[in-house]
Amino acid sequence: MNPRILILFAHPAFEKSRVNRVLIQNLSGIEGITFRDLYQEYPDFDIHVANEKALLEAHELLVFHYPMYWYSTPSLIKEYLDLVLEHGWAYGMKGNALEGKQMMHVITTGAQEKTYGKAGSNHFTIRQLLAPMEQTASLCKMHFLPPFVVYGSLLKTEQELDAFRQDLEVLYHAFLDKGIDFEKAAKVSCLNSLIPELKK
Amino acid sequence: MQQGNFLFQAFIYLLAAVVSVPVAKRLGLGSVLGYLLAGVIMGPFILGFIGDEGQDIMHFAEFGVVMMLFLIGLELQPAKLWRLRIPILGLGGAQVGVTTLVFTPVGIALGLPWQASLAIGLALALSSTALVMQSLAEKNLTKTIGGRNAFSVLLFQDIAVIPILAILPLLAPSNVVESLPGNSFSWIESFPFWAKTLVVIGVFAGFFFIGKYLIRPLFHVIAKTRLTEIFTAAALLLIIGTALLMTKIGVSPALGAFMAGVMLAQSEYRHELETNILPFKGLLLGLFFISVGASLNLRLLTAEPILVFSLVGALIVLKFIILMVIGRIFKMKADSTLLFAFSLAQGGEFAFILLSFALQNNVIPSEVVEILIAVTVITMLLTPVFMLINERLIQPRFGTKEKEDEVDESGIEKNSVIIAGFGNMGSVVGRFLQANGVKATFLDIDADNVELLRKLGIKVYYGDASRRSLLQAAGAEEAELLIITLNDLDKTLAIVDTVHKYFPHLTILSRASGWESVYDIIDAGVHDVYRENFDSALHMGKDALIKLGFRAFQVSRASKRFAKHDKMALYEFAKTRHDHNSHLNKIRTHFEELEKLIQREQEDKHQHKNLDWDTLSRVTEQKQLARKK
Repeated sequence: MNPRILILFAHPAFEKSRVNRVLIQNLSGIEGITFRDLYQEYPDFDIHVANEKALLEAHELLVFHYPMYWYSTPSLIKEYLDLVLEHGWAYGMKGNALEGKQMMHVITTGAQEKTYGKAGSNHFTIRQLLAPMEQTASLCKMHFLPPFVVYGSLLKTEQELDAFRQDLEVLYHAFLDKGIDFEKAAKVSCLNSLIPELKK
Repeated sequence: MQQGNFLFQAFIYLLAAVVSVPVAKRLGLGSVLGYLLAGVIMGPFILGFIGDEGQDIMHFAEFGVVMMLFLIGLELQPAKLWRLRIPILGLGGAQVGVTTLVFTPVGIALGLPWQASLAIGLALALSSTALVMQSLAEKNLTKTIGGRNAFSVLLFQDIAVIPILAILPLLAPSNVVESLPGNSFSWIESFPFWAKTLVVIGVFAGFFFIGKYLIRPLFHVIAKTRLTEIFTAAALLLIIGTALLMTKIGVSPALGAFMAGVMLAQSEYRHELETNILPFKGLLLGLFFISVGASLNLRLLTAEPILVFSLVGALIVLKFIILMVIGRIFKMKADSTLLFAFSLAQGGEFAFILLSFALQNNVIPSEVVEILIAVTVITMLLTPVFMLINERLIQPRFGTKEKEDEVDESGIEKNSVIIAGFGNMGSVVGRFLQANGVKATFLDIDADNVELLRKLGIKVYYGDASRRSLLQAAGAEEAELLIITLNDLDKTLAIVDTVHKYFPHLTILSRASGWESVYDIIDAGVHDVYRENFDSALHMGKDALIKLGFRAFQVSRASKRFAKHDKMALYEFAKTRHDHNSHLNKIRTHFEELEKLIQREQEDKHQHKNLDWDTLSRVTEQKQLARKK
């Protein structure tokens, strides 16, 4: 089976990571998943565009997995988008390479869930903050899925983190084994809420 | 025909070694047993190749023991020796004391006067440093708890020989007091005991200063000549000189050499000294074992087999039991205690010395001495056998083999990275690693450089990194990476060769001067090759473009792309390189390769158009859309 999920993981200080270390620990070993550690691949930001385009073409689900920095991605993912999503390939009149593929974000945040939203100090929901990503997917004719979020990760216990890891793996297995109902998925605010049903 | 005789003897001994040791090794008996058996076979009672000169040769070959203790000393820094003080004094003292106390009554019971019995007890309490250490080293057991404790006891015995030699003449029934053997020229013979002690302490203190302020600069000068044989000569001179001096002040040369080794344990020339002395030590020890084997009096054995073998049995059993009890009292585990007891349950070379000295002083009658020497030789012959039985039949019964002790290993700093060459490149690599908490072991062959760096407090060892023994001493077996930063292609290739042969697990990162050396090093099987000037040249080129008005970020990206393509091209060309032999052809290839590289850059310019952040395609599309409207 050719791998169908492409996970682009970005963490500029992974050696200090506690949360993502747990979340990603099994991913590269799952059949059907291609796991790429972007900061390990491109420590000098010299992204190999041709390689990355070939990888995108070969997969169905594109996952950006990262800790949220200033309401956005770590800078290498932005560099990736700037360079790899070329006009005439990813978008534009002749740019149909990504058409019909799915884009999803796995995000860890330091702040608690209640701070994201009108009443909270962060004012916007994660979904709102992801608007540029959603529009990027849209311009590339991709389907945009709600994010999988681990809020308040700084205070999570190892046990809680392990539960998140299992949930994430359930999600990927569901995609690989039976597929996900995208119509339904697009309606929830976070993919986390789909997990109980997928576990059945 | 003095010379012909000498060559013949050398031939016989070397032949014995070359034939018997590989056979013994193949049979799993270990080299020591091989040497001993070869000696017995060639000795006066079977083949007769070795006759009366056997004793002289044994005397000469005892020097191997001296060298061995020097090497052991080299591995033990004073601080480590100090940490061993409890096993040395406790275990060693207990072993010598208890064994003497048990053996003396046995002698009296057998009808010998108490003086003779005490002398015999003292002589037989000592074990064989040469035999035990060699066997332990060969089986990689020196760093186990049992092995280390055995070493501590042996060290105590070496020290104990000095007072024993002083006591023996006092045991003589009549007043015939002879001088110490080999000490007949002792300078301080007439001194009272306290003065002798002071002199000995003074000499050892002097050693410390000589080692620090005289020997090291001397070795530095010698190393600078880069003549390996002179370094070897100096190393031998040091040991022989020490041995002579020790004899003059009535200390055992082995102990003196050990102290000299300890004094030099922190010097940068340690690895090189080790490398140079090792083969001499091995050969001389072999010679020593052969002569021990040859000195076995088989005639006595056939005349008095029951007496001799019951004495052998008694000696081994008693020593073994005493060692077991001591081991348990000192809370050693069962497997360690067994190793400890099996290795030390024999008579040793010191017994020969002490017994013949006692004979000279009329303490023990000659017929007793003869039997006891035969007994000692047989126990030495049997020790490797017992160690083999312990290793093969007894130790496997303990679920786990005795593990190496976690106490840090003697002397040598073991790091995961070895850097060969501490010049411009090596120092930067080393500092960068150090800044990130990774320690490296440095080797350098430039004596001036080593001296300078040592002054700056950097631990650099002097030596040729293409020598297996030096790499081994620097911890190549445990290391992960070897970084070669020499600017000498031949040396680099020699190191690569040695590593591939003996330490294939090591990953090599190598410096190269130009692309030709890159090819040679890649051909030798190294993947990670770094051209010494490439990065700075590229940096220069970058700055040049910026000064011409190019945007810095564009230049930075261009340089990365250039470096990547250049590396790829190098590996490609390395594969397809022609085999040019003549000098002229070499120069021609040189230019051909350069031309290929330049052509490649020009082609790349067209092939890989840089589309990053390119707007051309969007401009075209926008224009099309505008036209449609």
